[in-house]
Amino acid sequence: MSSVTVNGLAPGPSRARRWLSGFRERETWAAYLFILPWLFGFFTLTLGPMLFSAYYSFTNYGLQQIAGLDKTKTVGLANYHRILNDGTAHLALKNTFIYTLMMVPARIVLALLLALVLVRVGERLGGVFRTIFYIPHITPPVAVGVLVLYLFNGGFGVVNKGLAHLGIKGPYWTIDPNWIKPTIALMDIWACGGTMVILLAALYGVPRHLYEAASMDGASKLRQFFNVTLPMISPALFFCFIILTLAGLNQFAVAYTAFFGSAGGVGSTGTNEAALLYAIYLFKEAFQSFEMGYASALAWVLFGICLTITGINVLVSRRFVFYQGSERS
Amino acid sequence: MSVGSQENAPPFVTSGATNPMPQVVRRRWRPQPKLSWATRALFVALLVVLSILFLYPFIWLISATFKPRGETFDNALIPHHWAWNFTGPDIPSPHPQYLFNVAPVGHWLFNSFWISFLGAGLTMFVSAMIAFAFAYFRFPLRNFLFAVLLATMMLPGEVTMIPVYLLWNHIGRFTLAHPWLPHIGTGTQYPLWVPNMFGSAFYIFLQRQFFLGIPRDYFEAARMDGDGYFSMFRRIALPLAKPALIVTFIFEVQAKWFDLMTPLIYLRDAATFTVPLGMKNLLDRFNAAGGGEGDYQVIMAGTLLLVIPMVILFAAFQKYFIRGIATQGRKG
Repeated sequence: MSSVTVNGLAPGPSRARRWLSGFRERETWAAYLFILPWLFGFFTLTLGPMLFSAYYSFTNYGLQQIAGLDKTKTVGLANYHRILNDGTAHLALKNTFIYTLMMVPARIVLALLLALVLVRVGERLGGVFRTIFYIPHITPPVAVGVLVLYLFNGGFGVVNKGLAHLGIKGPYWTIDPNWIKPTIALMDIWACGGTMVILLAALYGVPRHLYEAASMDGASKLRQFFNVTLPMISPALFFCFIILTLAGLNQFAVAYTAFFGSAGGVGSTGTNEAALLYAIYLFKEAFQSFEMGYASALAWVLFGICLTITGINVLVSRRFVFYQGSERS
Repeated sequence: MSVGSQENAPPFVTSGATNPMPQVVRRRWRPQPKLSWATRALFVALLVVLSILFLYPFIWLISATFKPRGETFDNALIPHHWAWNFTGPDIPSPHPQYLFNVAPVGHWLFNSFWISFLGAGLTMFVSAMIAFAFAYFRFPLRNFLFAVLLATMMLPGEVTMIPVYLLWNHIGRFTLAHPWLPHIGTGTQYPLWVPNMFGSAFYIFLQRQFFLGIPRDYFEAARMDGDGYFSMFRRIALPLAKPALIVTFIFEVQAKWFDLMTPLIYLRDAATFTVPLGMKNLLDRFNAAGGGEGDYQVIMAGTLLLVIPMVILFAAFQKYFIRGIATQGRKG
């Protein structure tokens, strides 16, 4: 510190010293007291566990080690090699991608269509229907899992009964491996109310004068939708897209409730394989096989995938998402 | 009516350049000039049909709950025979079973209620404190710490799940080894709500946005009156932030009520279960496809009990649900 004054470069106290003197302020102490719970939680429940998880992913940590019967051994990249060669992990990853690819676009498109209709029927009526469409979104995932099993039952389910009235023979939704993921995705689309509310708020936020200008220029309704509405709500669409993608990659409760049982499994092996999502596989490895080391490696792979996909989304969005300045409405 | 238009209350959302989330605009208008009544009638008819589709599973569930065993799947919306499947005489299996006889459902409901409300209350209060600190105080490392907080939102729970479980396992062993300590750890309900004591990044972010919208003068005035930092927070900030606090509370109640994975990891003893975990167990036990006993009416009654509290919560706090999700969005 003294060297600074000797050189005469900084007349007052140095930057570092001024910064450090901030810690002498009463306000600083008060602030740190206020955020202490978060700091404590961050170190014990987020950062610490992250470091431990990274460490475990390079070890053979498992049941023996939890019970203290055996020493924890570092195994290098063996867990990650195992993922590369683990057919079940590949299957789980594939299932998760298929499911996410089906669920996200369908949910956004339906939510957008609903929002577009709601915005046109007027505020009062729109509010009533908005409530109705939102209700499935407050159904607990376990209840959704139960409903999936019974509404879509191939033999007596109401969906197939309804299809039969239309002269279509419905598939065995919850047993046929080809139909299990679409079934879960369909039930998720049913709960599109949250997405719809976000998009509806965005639609209400599109300035009216843009439509007036567009129609003055002779733009058709369709043209107005693609050239005014879509760009203006693109931040909301993009936000929903990212959130739903992450939710899809982490989907657990609905599929687990409907297709995995503690009492020997609800469906056949084929059913279980078709419904095996990545989060379910991870959970089973960690808390049923107690392969903690391997499960930690699986978790980091999932984290990597989530980061990569979000990163790609953000890069791609630069081309398509139009952020208005701070001025809105 | 709306949250933001309450008198004297600041607007619910403050615009921030860093916040690409959709903003709520209070002045409503229709993007198109008047629709012809024919188009409007067509739209309304379409919406009515869709509403029936969206509500059908609920109606189906309610009617299935009140059907006797064997008629659960007859798909009649009005049961041919009415049955009360919740309580009844305790007669073994060939006879129809009753929900409250086959499992400690009363315990589950009680557990879910107190865990949801305690957890949500803690998160609401603690997150508000932290959010207020990030919004009002100027202190070294503030921006860095806030960036760290935002970054933690990106982290999937799976990454920290295993070490946190092992941590609780250690705590459990430690408390068992010292009999004068209460038993805390895996197998108890503490892991379900204790993490709520440390706030939650999403709510801290949401509430900080809110606090930033309250003029600094309010707080300076309180300081002039001789308030300490905490009493300023309690007397000025908390009451003004009521809408944000309510959104936090109901979202967290919902999250806790929905949660299947945490109870699945930590709870062993049936009396300590929450409703979702208990229902999952009942499903495994009575679903005939899994070799169960085929008392579907029990599953239906339990599922209805799982759904109803959320419907009530939604009915009571509808505008906050809609506002909260419209401003931030949470898992779509």
